[in-house]
Amino acid sequence: MDSAGLGVRRAAAFVAPALLLIGVFLVFPALWTLYIGITNYQLTGPAAANPRVVGLDNVLNAVRDPLFTNSVWLTALFVLGSAVIGQNVLGFGLAWLLRTVRPSLRRTVEGLVLLSWILPGTVVAYLWFAVLSRDTGTLGMLLGSPQTAWLVQYPMTSLIVFNVWRGTAFSMLLYTSALAAVPPSQLETARLAGASGWQTVRDVVFPHIRGHVLTNTLLISLWTANDFTPFLLTAGGPNHQSEVLPVLIYRQALESGQLGYASAMSLLLLLGNLVIALVYLRLLRRRA
Amino acid sequence: MAGITARGLSTVYPGGVRAVDELDLEVTDGELFALLGPSGCGKTTLLRTIAGLESASEGTVSIGSRDVTRLPPGDRRVAMVFQDYALFPHMTVAENIAYPLKVRGAARSVRDETAARTAAGLSLDGLLERRPGQLSGGQQQRAALARAVAASAEVLLLDEPLSNLDARLRLEARTFLKKLQRELALTTVFVTHDQAEALALADRIAVMDAGRIRQIGTPREVFQRPADTFVANFIGSTPMNLVPRDAEIIGVRPEYLAPAPSGLFTGTVSIVENLGVTSLVTLDCGVGYVVPEDDEPAVGTTVTVDAPPARVLRYDRETGLLVR
Repeated sequence: MDSAGLGVRRAAAFVAPALLLIGVFLVFPALWTLYIGITNYQLTGPAAANPRVVGLDNVLNAVRDPLFTNSVWLTALFVLGSAVIGQNVLGFGLAWLLRTVRPSLRRTVEGLVLLSWILPGTVVAYLWFAVLSRDTGTLGMLLGSPQTAWLVQYPMTSLIVFNVWRGTAFSMLLYTSALAAVPPSQLETARLAGASGWQTVRDVVFPHIRGHVLTNTLLISLWTANDFTPFLLTAGGPNHQSEVLPVLIYRQALESGQLGYASAMSLLLLLGNLVIALVYLRLLRRRA
Repeated sequence: MAGITARGLSTVYPGGVRAVDELDLEVTDGELFALLGPSGCGKTTLLRTIAGLESASEGTVSIGSRDVTRLPPGDRRVAMVFQDYALFPHMTVAENIAYPLKVRGAARSVRDETAARTAAGLSLDGLLERRPGQLSGGQQQRAALARAVAASAEVLLLDEPLSNLDARLRLEARTFLKKLQRELALTTVFVTHDQAEALALADRIAVMDAGRIRQIGTPREVFQRPADTFVANFIGSTPMNLVPRDAEIIGVRPEYLAPAPSGLFTGTVSIVENLGVTSLVTLDCGVGYVVPEDDEPAVGTTVTVDAPPARVLRYDRETGLLVR
């Protein structure tokens, strides 16, 4: 049992600092969120000093709250549009097309795509603000319609396009390495049989990278569902039209001061993430 | 059914490597043709250029009367079996065999029927529902051959068809391959680096080096009268003796030399190697000859060897070409 020969006490002493940090910064806040989720805890006022346990009232209220259901649909739309479809399809498309181009062109495109991924979120949000804003926005200038306030008139479309641009690099990198594992002789056999590009992808490539597709979709779905960058662009507005769950939770907790209610909603978001993860794991297992 | 013609064919890779260099080649209809050479000689590139997987930089390729130089691989009516067989691991054997038909939109019943008929012809019956991973090496090779045959192509191309099989299976597969080709009478080109394989299988052999063909001929011609010293060195299970003498190089196969009272070479025996029913004796002058078993001379004895005049070849010392 004691393969390192340290003795239980000394071993425990070595692990203790790490466990302490994990406990203070991860386990405690998580449990604390669970706890305040069943109270009427608020940021200010009497309930801040003396929170009262209200049981599952917060959860039940959230499910009936039109702001919450609106937010769930917006989040689903955001995940489906920008991650499951947008980043997946664009990332695979780039990886597939860049396979055959000159190395110099490939590296340039990869570099540009990666740049949008590695820039800090605040910087990127500021850049997109400059592109999409009314009167002086670059996009309005280019299209000759400077009066369009993209973030106000098309808030969800703007967020979805933004998030595709922002996150495609990961899918592209993952699919590039996945495609490298498809034996060239199988692709060439399909070519000799006269298969079209689409037939080759469907019959030869996809079965090889099915596991990669599922893993990638799982990761980018979870990241997108929990992404807070939309707050920097639209802050949920106008009139809750782009209020995805992380934004709603933040606004409920810090703008309305409803800490208990917001914690209950985070729990629901966590459960939603768990469901998505379980579905993907089930699909992955069916592969074998 | 069609032959293959290449005229002035070159394939240059990005970076300037001329893998195939202004090459002329004619493969007649129904022939079993070998492209033989050391690794890097351009034989696989030539095969891939015929298939259309590499594009010709200069010259033309024709199949039958059609110029296919600029046609994509799928329109050339060629089928190819790769060294690793390239079976699709997620499809059953039947689906693999019928894949070329599926691409062309053939009905399910036609595909099933073709798969069953082709599989029966290659002794794959009973394996149709298996996945490639559940087959032995020999069965995988036959499944890949079946897929190529089911494509009903005019030309069959095989890249190192036997190299992925173990030694015992290889002999079996060699016989099988030749029998199958004879039954189908399908123009077949195969690539190999193994001269014994080329000699045993092919109707004609092209020996390649550095992107060019050194000699084209029947296995007998190539074995008995190599066109230059490169081919002489490459063909034969024991290397040919090539001894410079005056302005010529004298070439004699060790199998044709025998001890004689007087003759071509004299030397003392330095090494004796057992080859089974024969032994290879090497003299200190660098000449080797083959003796029957139990007939080996002792190391250190002086021996003179000679060969029938018809078996002694003379090459030009400058050009390496056969003089007579």
